[in-house]
Amino acid sequence: MLNYVTSYLDKNVQVTPGQAGNLFWALVYILCVFGGVSLVVVCMNWLERKILAHMQVRIGPMRVGPHGLLQPIADALKLILKEDIIPEGADTVVFWFAPLIILLAVFSVYCVIPFGPTHAITDMNIGLLFMLGVSSLGVLGIVMAGWASNSHYPLIGALRSSAQMVSYEVAMGLAVVSAVLMTSLNAQGTGTLSMIGIVQAQQSQHVWFAFKFFPLGLIAFVVFAIAMVAETNRAPFDLPEAESELTAGFHTEYSGLRWSLFMLGEYAGMIAVSSIATTLWLGGWMRPFPNLLRAPAWDMAFSLFPALTFFGLAGLTFYGAARMAKTSFFRLQAMGLAGFGGVLGLIGLILLLPPVRTGIQDIYWFVAKIAGFLYLFIWYRATFPRYRFDQLMKVGWKVLLPVGLGVLILTAAAGVVAG
Amino acid sequence: MNDPNSAVSPLDLEAKESTFLDANELILNMGPQHPATHGVLRVILKLDGEKVLGLECIIGYLHRGVEKIAENRTYAMFNPYVDRMDYVAAVSNGLGYCEAVEKLLNVEAPPRANYIRVILAELNRIASHQLWLGTHALDIGAMTPLFYTFRDREEILKIFEKYCGARLTTHAFRIGGCQYETYDGFEQDVRKFLDFVGPKIDEYEELLTTNRIWVRRTRDVGVISGKDCIALGVTGPVLRASGVKWDLRKAQPYATYKDFDFEIPTGTNGDTYDRYLVRMAEMRQSIRIIRQAVDGIPSGPIMAKVPKVIKPPVGEIYHSIEAPKGELGYFIASDGSTQPYRVRVRPPSFVNLQALDLMCKDQLVADVIAVIGTLDIVLGEVDR
Repeated sequence: MLNYVTSYLDKNVQVTPGQAGNLFWALVYILCVFGGVSLVVVCMNWLERKILAHMQVRIGPMRVGPHGLLQPIADALKLILKEDIIPEGADTVVFWFAPLIILLAVFSVYCVIPFGPTHAITDMNIGLLFMLGVSSLGVLGIVMAGWASNSHYPLIGALRSSAQMVSYEVAMGLAVVSAVLMTSLNAQGTGTLSMIGIVQAQQSQHVWFAFKFFPLGLIAFVVFAIAMVAETNRAPFDLPEAESELTAGFHTEYSGLRWSLFMLGEYAGMIAVSSIATTLWLGGWMRPFPNLLRAPAWDMAFSLFPALTFFGLAGLTFYGAARMAKTSFFRLQAMGLAGFGGVLGLIGLILLLPPVRTGIQDIYWFVAKIAGFLYLFIWYRATFPRYRFDQLMKVGWKVLLPVGLGVLILTAAAGVVAG
Repeated sequence: MNDPNSAVSPLDLEAKESTFLDANELILNMGPQHPATHGVLRVILKLDGEKVLGLECIIGYLHRGVEKIAENRTYAMFNPYVDRMDYVAAVSNGLGYCEAVEKLLNVEAPPRANYIRVILAELNRIASHQLWLGTHALDIGAMTPLFYTFRDREEILKIFEKYCGARLTTHAFRIGGCQYETYDGFEQDVRKFLDFVGPKIDEYEELLTTNRIWVRRTRDVGVISGKDCIALGVTGPVLRASGVKWDLRKAQPYATYKDFDFEIPTGTNGDTYDRYLVRMAEMRQSIRIIRQAVDGIPSGPIMAKVPKVIKPPVGEIYHSIEAPKGELGYFIASDGSTQPYRVRVRPPSFVNLQALDLMCKDQLVADVIAVIGTLDIVLGEVDR
């Protein structure tokens, strides 16, 4: 048994636990990913409110904990304790299963997301296909939620949502195919659908696919980046849950814990599509300029980034604590904030240790790129009005689809010329 | 038959007509508790998919019987009540009422009082348009302008608060003039605000005017022609955006509007985008008027000679002013006693709301929200 567990830790094993067939480590990875994603969703909750608030000349949550840091916890507690309402006339079974299906679809995607060359639950030779297929199952959950609620607003929301997701998947698929096409530009001329293989292809071609065949790769990336916002039903494509029209869209009738599952699904979905975009176009786990700046000194410099990030965050928290009003009420808050900063600083210190430093590199750069996308999601929400349904369809079918198709053809042509 | 509306509904809610592919129409009830109906408006939509086949407004959820209350109050006592109709533009309501009673009494407010009235009423117009812009943009999905406009509207409310103690339902004017002299530094405050708000309006425009999504969502949405506007009695920015140059401040100048130099912005298409542009331009014109008023404010008394007990002669009067939302008219019938025999208010929101059905026909559900926003209704005024 112990051998079985330690066998994966052997230096010669250079594959993911899923490929190595080591169920124990696969389970550990699953728990890590599930816990990590849930934690990021909780952080996102706080960050979205704060960033949105600061963009809108507000200060956001300030009451629960210093600078509202405990707000997500308070919210979660409230949602769990809330009365669980199933509307009269609702289809109870379907009503129950809808949020679970969305969660299942979203979290299955994380099976193949490579946080590093070996930091994935598993690697499949059809990884990308699996990912797109499973993530589009989410629409089933939305339709089920809309139908089972037995109410007009959720029904319209669900119809909008399904039409929207199906339309934008086409454009998304075309953009993805042109990235896959780029992986085949090697001596053997064989492409790959494996997520790890795609990143390795970018490594061996010495370029992120976003900058390959400039500007073709960039256009495909932009098409994907737009389609993925629509795919996750976020502003400016948030029609399925357009607050001012459909109150809350497909989850109007949901409350409490089940509603929070929808929210968890939405945010986890945002992270999932961001990680697809990162893997396909932004070099996945690779640090910036691994080929240009390849001297050991550069390696050393880049490996300090994770620790520096945490030190920066800790510095911000200490600054916030120092700025707090010097009254007895705020003394506790300031102490709490300083304590939080201390924890962040401690994490930074741990990340400075050489073995941790090298081990965390891949994950850090992958997560940093995703964080950039997540910031964009919030920024969009603060900036854009909402599209109307017919305009949304027009953008999907008449703009993104032809552009995606054109880029695909041109990429193929460029590949023939280059190869 | 429990629903009293179903019997008289023009939508014929019970009938199951077949449409495309023999599918039935969807009846969607929007409101009175709905985030985008601006209070307690209830709209029943008849939909074919997302297309609106017809709609019906049901109002009265905020009815307080303001007009009836007037019959049991003296003229002066009724004055604060009018502020509660269009609570977003309370100053204009008070101005209209005071001027109507003054006309009935045949007194005229002194020039200084009139200048103060113009300054406050125009400040209130800016505040009202700012609130309209914020909520309208929020309805269309742009969250951020709401917070910008509320931040800047706050400065106007601060001036009101300093002037008369109240922020929203100000009760700023009295019959015959103003009760309060302006506070020390009033003019500086107003000038400071004007310098502050001009760039802020540019800021709102930067966010929206050329925003592709905003233009797409508003252009050719809720189109109404000038002829239809006149037929339905629609007034205010909605009428002007349809190309009819009608503004009571120019057409029948009240207060001291004839002293000021300003333009009446008009649109051409009569769509939601034009109404947006007209209101934005109106805010700039208001700034212009206020600047002239502050520069030219005369000194002198602020109250005309009005008897302690107001007892107008027998007769009736109709007086209307240009409120931010359109023509606000007061019809007052006096029987010679201390209380009005009848007060009838012509609220712009109520009359403009009539156009909703016409403007929404054959549009999409999302457009209904945009049109409700662009009509700029206040339910307190619709229901009274």
